[in-house]
Amino acid sequence: MTFQKDNPVLTVDGASKSFGAVRALNGLSFVLAAGECVGLVGHNGAGKSTLVGIMNGGTRPDTGTIRIEGNEGTGRYSVAVARKHGVRCVFQELSLCPNLTVTENARIAHASIRGFAWRRRAERVVRSKLDEIFPDHGIDCGQSVGMLGIAQRQMVEIAMAFSESDGPARIVILDEPTSSLDASIARQMLAYIRKFVAAGGSVVLISHILNEILTTADRIVVMKDGSVVANGPSSGFTLDSLVGAMGSVVRPRDAAAPPRDRTDTKPILSRRGSDSAPEFRAYAGEIVGLAGLGGHGQTETLVELFRGFGGDWKARTNIRAAFVAGDRHVDGNLPMWSILRNISITLLTDLTRAGIVRERNERAIAQSWRERIGIRTDSLDNPILSLSGGNQQKVLFSRALATRAPIVLMDDPMRGVDIGTKQEVYSLLRAEADQGRTFVWYSTEIDEICQCDRVYVFREGRIVEELAGDDIREDRVLAASFSTEAA
Amino acid sequence: MTSLRTLFAKPWIWSFLAAAGVWLVTIVFTGGASAAGLSQAALTFAAFSIIVGIGQMFVITLGPGNVDLSIPATMTLAGTVALKIMDSSNGLILMGLLVTLLIGLAIGIINYALIKLLRIPPIIATLSSSFIIQSAAISYNRGLRIKPPSALAEFTTATTLGIPNLAYLALAVSVAAWVALEKGIYGRWVSAVGQNMRAARMAGVPVDGVRAATYLLCAVLAALAGLLLSCFSGGAALNMGAEYLLTSIAVVVIGGTAVAGGFANVPGIWGASLFLFLVVSMLNTYGAAAGIRLLLTGTIIIAVIIAASRRPRT
Repeated sequence: MTFQKDNPVLTVDGASKSFGAVRALNGLSFVLAAGECVGLVGHNGAGKSTLVGIMNGGTRPDTGTIRIEGNEGTGRYSVAVARKHGVRCVFQELSLCPNLTVTENARIAHASIRGFAWRRRAERVVRSKLDEIFPDHGIDCGQSVGMLGIAQRQMVEIAMAFSESDGPARIVILDEPTSSLDASIARQMLAYIRKFVAAGGSVVLISHILNEILTTADRIVVMKDGSVVANGPSSGFTLDSLVGAMGSVVRPRDAAAPPRDRTDTKPILSRRGSDSAPEFRAYAGEIVGLAGLGGHGQTETLVELFRGFGGDWKARTNIRAAFVAGDRHVDGNLPMWSILRNISITLLTDLTRAGIVRERNERAIAQSWRERIGIRTDSLDNPILSLSGGNQQKVLFSRALATRAPIVLMDDPMRGVDIGTKQEVYSLLRAEADQGRTFVWYSTEIDEICQCDRVYVFREGRIVEELAGDDIREDRVLAASFSTEAA
Repeated sequence: MTSLRTLFAKPWIWSFLAAAGVWLVTIVFTGGASAAGLSQAALTFAAFSIIVGIGQMFVITLGPGNVDLSIPATMTLAGTVALKIMDSSNGLILMGLLVTLLIGLAIGIINYALIKLLRIPPIIATLSSSFIIQSAAISYNRGLRIKPPSALAEFTTATTLGIPNLAYLALAVSVAAWVALEKGIYGRWVSAVGQNMRAARMAGVPVDGVRAATYLLCAVLAALAGLLLSCFSGGAALNMGAEYLLTSIAVVVIGGTAVAGGFANVPGIWGASLFLFLVVSMLNTYGAAAGIRLLLTGTIIIAVIIAASRRPRT
């Protein structure tokens, strides 16, 4: 492994980027040299995706500069410039057009393939690279991408990134490229990365499978809260030290209730795990956390639990579960309505006699929740969208808590909520749980997971670990979230 | 001043102003001789648009893509079958009403089954079911023209206290719809589904139940309007519903209901229905051709959609 730090191809210097109140990058500097593979690791929200966006030109940093092989100036750096200099990306969310064939997608990716017989040339470009990286891939380039399996699509995407047309690929950024590949295919790809790097190319590899990073990368950069917290050759890291570097100073657990003995009580909610996965259980009066990296099946589990109670055809008079949305624009807000109506919608069956809503009761309940949870507005008749994000989230909390539902399912509801509000809501949840309510709480923030009585850690769509009591610690959650085996 | 401002903020006010304006122009043009006759005709013909328009309003409020294009065929089938079953006999009127109701329910069920089970977009589902319904009407009718029972024919053409009976009927339907929409849980649910179906589902709204009920309601109202129209005009005709395809949608949109769903308005449908009829009769008095009438109706609808999309919604 050679280090050519003196030969940088891409330099990000002092980049900061904020999205509203959230500071995604905090004066970060990052150098990529020719002929090296850098492993980029960090927990949710560490800023990895923002850094990738800046490197491929899609995101413009608020401050700081980005240079590619000597080209100075933030102003001029763009997707087109990045692409011209051979920067290629493979994203977690696949970016191929499902209705077009593999060949046609190659034509879109490579604008230089045009004119007579483009189809034959495009096919040659993508097929030769597929054959090179994944021998025996068995993919028919004339087939539409939508007909391919998820793993095959990922393979096409990877091959496309490394393929060359007008110019060779020089810097390839791979964001979770192996997430849908099986072990042997993933090994083929990692082997190709080494070959590519040996030939002078540069690779940024993001993966939650730490062994891939440790075996493939020359150098590892650990990010946390928008900054680089560790940076050094892979040989200097072990699995444990890597997990340790991603975490923060271990924070004490606030006011944890002693774990209760549940052996002879019946769970209020349970769900069988697939094959060897542990069973999901929740008991009355418990706050159960769903942890792990974002998008590993936690939201799907919550939605399944909610839909399991029925109510699509006929409203339940005695609702069993209420849902607090995290992605409020998609799952929560009813944007044309007032705050009042947004609070009362789930409660409506309780407020109705002979089909007519009793508006006086509705207002009284909404008013009491406005005071209890502190929604900052001068009138409940203001539209919901007049509120700040945090206050909209409080409305969604009130919507669920105002019901008699014994179970409340929460889908990472504190995203973008300020710390003061969070503290208020934590104590509210604890008080409600003490009165017998059950909360199932998916959160990507370790502070919130530490508020829970019991925690299930998810990875790749299933529960991989159950933690309780003093075991609920950042290092334990991180260790379970990141696979320690090579995939 | 403030009360005037709140009045002008109401989404239905414009359709009433427009209707009143056209009414005045027509009266002035005819020298004031036809004021009573024009008003009565307007209320009678508007009644049909109001009844089908209210059904369409609830469907459109369910959100983007929701529209019932089977209204004309449903009207035709209900009118045809009910008249044949009643066989001009006053004793069979209840039977005819029952059959009308059942036809409406059956079509509503078919429409929502196509939408839900086969996952066909509502616009295609209701259009294709309307071909089947229309064919059923053709094969059932075979060109026969049966007179309506005399009691029904009289009821639909007579007036009480100078106001057409049909207008009273439309008023009753409108009041019930207004209560359901503004005061009832059903209206809240329809509006919630129309704003964000996924959020409504996660908030505990019985989304499938609400959508199914809405398509049923729309079909039943269309069937009722079909029966009334065939009794009013002395017999069913195979093309009798045709003009209500555009009209049912136009009165909803001009009446101030949001085209993209989530917000509905009952009073506006009255203003819009009267307005559309009066525009046609005004153009008739001027002697305009049918082509000009259609052109103008289309222009008005487009203008209203543009105006409505600029208005900030409260």
